[in-house]
Amino acid sequence: MKSMKTLMAATAMLALAAGAAQAKQLVYCSEASPAHFDPGPVTGGNDFDASAHTIYERLVEFAPGSTEVIPALAESWEISEDGTEYTFHLRPGVKWQTLPYFTPTRDLNADDVVFSFERQWKEDSPWYNYLEGMTWDYFQGMDMPKYLSSIEKVDDLTVKITLTEPNSPMLANLAMQFASIVSKEYADQLEASGDLASFSTQPVGTGPFQLVDYQLDTVIRYQAFPDYWDGKQPIDDLIFAITTDASVRAQRLLAGECDIMPYPAPADLDALRANENLVVQEQEGLNIGYISYNTTEAPFDNPEVRKALTMAIDKAAIIEAVYQGAGQDAKNLIPPTMWSYDDSIEADVYDPEAAKAALEAAGVTDLTTDLWAIPVSRPYNPNGQRVAELIQADWAKVGVTANIVTYEWTEYRERGKQADRKGPFMIGWTGDNGDPDNFFATLFSCSAIGVSNYSSWCNEDFEAAISAAKTTSDQEERTALYTQAQEIFKAEEPAITLAHSRVFMPMNKKVLNYVMSPLGSHSFKDVDVQE
Amino acid sequence: MQKGASIRSAGAGLRLLRQSGGHRASPQQENRRATQAARTAPGDPGATHIMLNFILRKLALLIPTIIGISICAFAFVRVLPGDPILAMAGQHGVTPERYEILREQFGYNLPIWQQYFNYLGAVLQGDFGVSLATKRPVINEFMALFPATMELAFVALFFAVAVGIPAGIFAAIKRGTWFDQLTMGVALTGYSMPIFWWGLLLIIFFSGYLGWTPVSGRIALTFFLKPITGFMLIDTLLYGNWPAFVSALRHLILPAIVLGTIPLAVIARQTRSAMLEVLGEDYVRTARAKGLSPRRVVNVHALRNALIPVVTTIGLQVGLLMGGAILTETIFTWPGIGKWMIDSIFKRDYVVVQSGLLIIAMIVMAVNLIVDLLYALINPRIRVQ
Amino acid sequence: MTVSNEPVPTSTKPVSGLREFWFYFSVNRGAVIGLTVFTILVLLAIFAPLVAPHSPDIQYRDALLRPPMWDANGDPRFILGTDPVGRDILSRLIHGARYSLFIGFFVVVGALFVGVILGVLAGYFRGWVDVVIMRIMDIILAFPSLLLALVLVAILGPGLFNAMIAIAIVLQPHFARLVRAAVMAEKNREYVTAAKLSGAGHFRLMLVTILPNCLGPLIVQATLSFSNAILDAAALGFLGMGAQPPTPEWGTMLASAREFIIKAPWVVTFPGLAILVTVLAINLIGDGLRDALDPKLKRS
Repeated sequence: MKSMKTLMAATAMLALAAGAAQAKQLVYCSEASPAHFDPGPVTGGNDFDASAHTIYERLVEFAPGSTEVIPALAESWEISEDGTEYTFHLRPGVKWQTLPYFTPTRDLNADDVVFSFERQWKEDSPWYNYLEGMTWDYFQGMDMPKYLSSIEKVDDLTVKITLTEPNSPMLANLAMQFASIVSKEYADQLEASGDLASFSTQPVGTGPFQLVDYQLDTVIRYQAFPDYWDGKQPIDDLIFAITTDASVRAQRLLAGECDIMPYPAPADLDALRANENLVVQEQEGLNIGYISYNTTEAPFDNPEVRKALTMAIDKAAIIEAVYQGAGQDAKNLIPPTMWSYDDSIEADVYDPEAAKAALEAAGVTDLTTDLWAIPVSRPYNPNGQRVAELIQADWAKVGVTANIVTYEWTEYRERGKQADRKGPFMIGWTGDNGDPDNFFATLFSCSAIGVSNYSSWCNEDFEAAISAAKTTSDQEERTALYTQAQEIFKAEEPAITLAHSRVFMPMNKKVLNYVMSPLGSHSFKDVDVQE
Repeated sequence: MQKGASIRSAGAGLRLLRQSGGHRASPQQENRRATQAARTAPGDPGATHIMLNFILRKLALLIPTIIGISICAFAFVRVLPGDPILAMAGQHGVTPERYEILREQFGYNLPIWQQYFNYLGAVLQGDFGVSLATKRPVINEFMALFPATMELAFVALFFAVAVGIPAGIFAAIKRGTWFDQLTMGVALTGYSMPIFWWGLLLIIFFSGYLGWTPVSGRIALTFFLKPITGFMLIDTLLYGNWPAFVSALRHLILPAIVLGTIPLAVIARQTRSAMLEVLGEDYVRTARAKGLSPRRVVNVHALRNALIPVVTTIGLQVGLLMGGAILTETIFTWPGIGKWMIDSIFKRDYVVVQSGLLIIAMIVMAVNLIVDLLYALINPRIRVQ
Repeated sequence: MTVSNEPVPTSTKPVSGLREFWFYFSVNRGAVIGLTVFTILVLLAIFAPLVAPHSPDIQYRDALLRPPMWDANGDPRFILGTDPVGRDILSRLIHGARYSLFIGFFVVVGALFVGVILGVLAGYFRGWVDVVIMRIMDIILAFPSLLLALVLVAILGPGLFNAMIAIAIVLQPHFARLVRAAVMAEKNREYVTAAKLSGAGHFRLMLVTILPNCLGPLIVQATLSFSNAILDAAALGFLGMGAQPPTPEWGTMLASAREFIIKAPWVVTFPGLAILVTVLAINLIGDGLRDALDPKLKRS
C-alpha cells in the first residue's frame, strides 16, 4: 500500500509538473471555513488567519512570537506629547496584488489608509454597510469611534490620526486584524461597477500571499505574491485544508495529508508527540477561563463566601480531566506571559474542610445554586460541561448543591449579562492585543456591567487603578497600577480564575521557521518547507 | 435526516403499507402484481391518458404540501431560541442603536405574516436570502455543496446495490444454508447499526491503524481542478486526470460504505424475499419442469421479475439518502449539504436553516414523486385506485 | 386501495391464535435470541442500582481514563475501564440501558397514541379531515427525519425529554398512514357494516371493531419504531442535541468521549456496541413478530 501511495504521488507530481515545476507547498489544516475575506467585519480567528495574515497587512504589526508592536506598512511613526496625535510615515514602493479581477495602477498611499478606517467609521460611506447586515465588530468593540477624532492624509506617504483623549493601548489596536489596510483604488473600481459585495470574496491586499481559489468549506488556495515589498515568500503555494474536527485534523497530520494544524484535541497530543515525523510547538495562551459570581446576589455578595467556594474547588483535577494537562492554574486574571502579571499573588488552595468551615462562619448552609456551563468548546475552556460536572461534585462535598444550566451560546451570554442572573457563570476571554487593559477594563470595569462584566462587580479602588493605567503611557507606572488591581481582585474574588490554557501547534518536521503567536493568530509569513 | 432511521422507518412503513392495511397485500403479492404489470405490454391506448391524469393529480396534491413546508421552515426559524442579530456579532457584542438598525434592515421589525409573505415572494423569484455568517446567497452555497452530497449518495447507493442484490439473490437460492443465515444475519446487523459509531470504527481501523484510506476530504490536495460539474469523479475524468480520479475514489470509499450500510441491508433483505416469492411462482416451476438449467431459470425468469419491487425500494433510498448524509458528513468532514445544515443550526445561521430546510424538503418531494410515477408506470393498478 | 379477497387474518379462536403466534415466533431462532437479549436488558435496566458495580456518577479522581480490566494498565475495580472524569463505564452503560429503553418505550407510546388517533380520524371520516391530516403528515415526511428532529430539538432546547418529543413527532406519521389505510380498507367490509347496522357508534366502531384488525402491522411498526427511536436518540446525543451530560445515555457518552477515539478507544467502543446490541435484539424480535403475525409470509 505504501508503494502504491508513492506511485500515485509520483504520478500526481508528474501531472502537475507541466504547470509549475517543483512548487513548494505548505498545507495548513485549518479549523473552520472563513466567513469571507474582508478582515474588517469578521470576528473569528479562522477568518483572520485566512485574510488578515495572508492577504493583508497593517500600519504596524505584532512582532512574530510577541506582542511588541513593530513597523509594517508604516516605516515609522511619532506620537505627540499629549498622546493624542499619531503621525505615520508609510513605506514607499509597497505594491498591491495583481489579480484576474484587479490590476493596480499605483502603490500603497495615504488614501488607502484613510479609506481603510473611514469605511468602518463613517456611516455615510457606501462601504459602511456593503454587505447585508454587517457590523464592524472589532472597530466598535475596541471603542475606536469613541477615541478617534480624525484621520487625515498629510501627503501621499503620511497619515495623521487624532484621538479625542490619550489611550495607551491605541498603537496595539492598530496592529489588530480589523485595522488591515485595503485598496481604495480597488474599492473605487467595484463601486463603479456596482458590485460592492465582491470586496469580501475577491480580496486584493499588499500581503505575502494572494488568493487563488476558495472552494466553499473545503480548501483555500493561495500563492506567494511575487512583488511583495519584503521579497517573495520561500514557499510558492499555501493551502488551507478546512478540517473542522480536531481528531480528524490530527489524523490528517499523522497521515501526511497536511503539514501543520492548530488546536489539537488535548487527548491527541500524546499520539502526535510520539510520531517521529512531527514536532509539537507549545506556548502559554493569552487567555483566561473563569467563573463569574454574581456579586449582587446573596450569598455571593459576601467576598468570604466567594473565597470559600473557590477554595472548595479541586482545580488540579479540572486541569487534568478537562484541559488534559494543556492548561495552567490561573491565580490572576491575566496570563503570566503578559506584562504586569503579579507573580507574588498566592495560588488558590484546595481545602474542602476550611471551605466548609468558612461557609458555616458566614452563615451559609444548605446552599442550592445554579451553575452555568459553557455550551461550546472555547480555547480557554475546552469542555464547560465537564468542568461543571467536576465542580458540582466538589461543591457537594461542602454541602452546596449545584444545578448545571446551559443554553445555546448567544442565548447563554445574553442571559449571563442579566443583572438578576442566579448562580456562578462560566465564561472566558482571549486577549485581543496583548494589553492588560484588554482584560481588566473589558471584563471587570464598572462600565462593562451588562456588557461583559458578568460579575456585576464595581469596585471603586479597582476602577481607579485601571482608569489611571489606561491614560498613562509610562509602562512602569501602568505595571504598578495593574499590580494593585490584581491584589484587589484576589482579595475580593469576584470570579474564580480557573485556568489559562496552553496552545499547541503540531507540525511536520519539514516545516521551518514557524513561530507561534501569543495572540493566537496563525501567520505563514517567512515559513519554509524543507525539500 | 439520519439516513439510517428514515430509510428504515419510511422504507419499512411503505413496505408495511403495501403488505398490510390498504390493499392487504404481502410483499409477495406485491411482487406478483409487479410481475404481472411487467408482463402486460405497454402501449394500451387508455394508458397514456390515465397516466397523465395520475401525474396531474399528484402534482395538484403537492401544492398545499409545498406551502405547508414553507410555512414550517419559516416558523421553525422564528421560534428558535437565540437572536439572529446577536448571533452575527462576536465576543464584543453589538450596540443597541446598531441592533435596531439591523433589525430594520432584515425586516425583523415587521409583523410576522408580512415577514412570511416577503420571504415567500423572494423565494418564488429564486431569492433564498443571504447567509448571515458568510453574506453569500444561500442558493449559491447550496449549489456549491450539493454535488458533494449527491456524489456521496450515488456511490453509497451503487455500493448498496452492487453488494446487496447479489447477496440477496444467493441467499434466496441457497435458502436455509449457512450462507443464507450468515448473509441475513449480517444484513440485520447492518440494519441495526448506529452509523456514526460505525464510521468512527472504520476511521480508527482503516485510516488510523492500517493507513489505507485518507481521513477526510474529497480529493488529495495535490490536485487542483476547477469544478466543472462539481462531481469529483466526473470532473477528474473530464480533465482526463487518472491519478486524480483514483484519489477521489479513495476518498469516497469509507464515507460511501458508511452511508451505504443501511440501504445495503434493506436491499439485500428485500431482494431475498422478492426472489423467494418469484422462485415459488408457477412459471418458474414450469421453466424448471421443462428442464431449463437452474442458472437460466434464475437469470432469465426469476431475476427479471424479482427485481421490479427491488427497483422501487432503491428509488426510495435515493430520496432518503440525499437528505440523509448529516451523520456521515459530520464524521468524515465531507463538505456537503448535511454538514452545512447542521453547522448552520449550531451557528444559528437562521437564513441558511430556513432556506436549506425548504430546498431539501422540495428535493425529497421531487424524488418521491418520480419514484411514485415510476411505480405507477410498472404497476398500473395504482393509477386507478 | 384495492379490496382483496384474502381472508381476514384475525383469530376466530383467540386462544389458539396466541398459541399459534408463539409457535411461529419460537420457530425463528433469531427472534428467540433477540427476545432473550432484550429480556436481559430490561432486567439490567430495572435492577441497575443493584447490578452495577459502582454508582454511575461517582468520579474516581485517581483513575481517569483507565483501560478495561484485561488491559495491562487496567484496574480490576473497573471491568470496562473509566471515562475522562473517572466514572466506571460498565456502571454507566447499565444505567444507560434505562434511558435507551425508556426512550424507546416513551417514543413508541407517544407516536402510537397520536398516530392511531390521527390515522383513524383520517381514514374513518375521510373528506377534509383526511385531507388536512394527511397533508400535515406529508409535510412532516418531506423533511429528512433526523434533520427535522434536530431542528425541533434546537427549538425546544437540547435535552433527553425534548429529544424524545421530537423523535415521536417525526415517527408518528408512519403510524397514522398505516392506520388510515387499514381503516379505509376495513370500513366497508361486511362485519363493520353489520356492526354499524346493529347500532354501534363511531367511536366503538373504530376502537373495538376496526383497530384490532390492523394490530399485526401496528405491532411490527411499533417494534421498528422502538429501535429507530433508540438510534435516533443516540444520534441526537452524538450531535450534542440529545440527553445532556452527565446523563449516561449511550449516544451522549459516545459523543462526549469522541475526542479520545485514538487515545482511549474503549470509551467510544462500548457505548456504540451497547446501542448496536440493543437495536439488533429489537430488530430480531421485530422480524420474528412479522413472520408470526403475517400469515401470508408463513407459506414461503
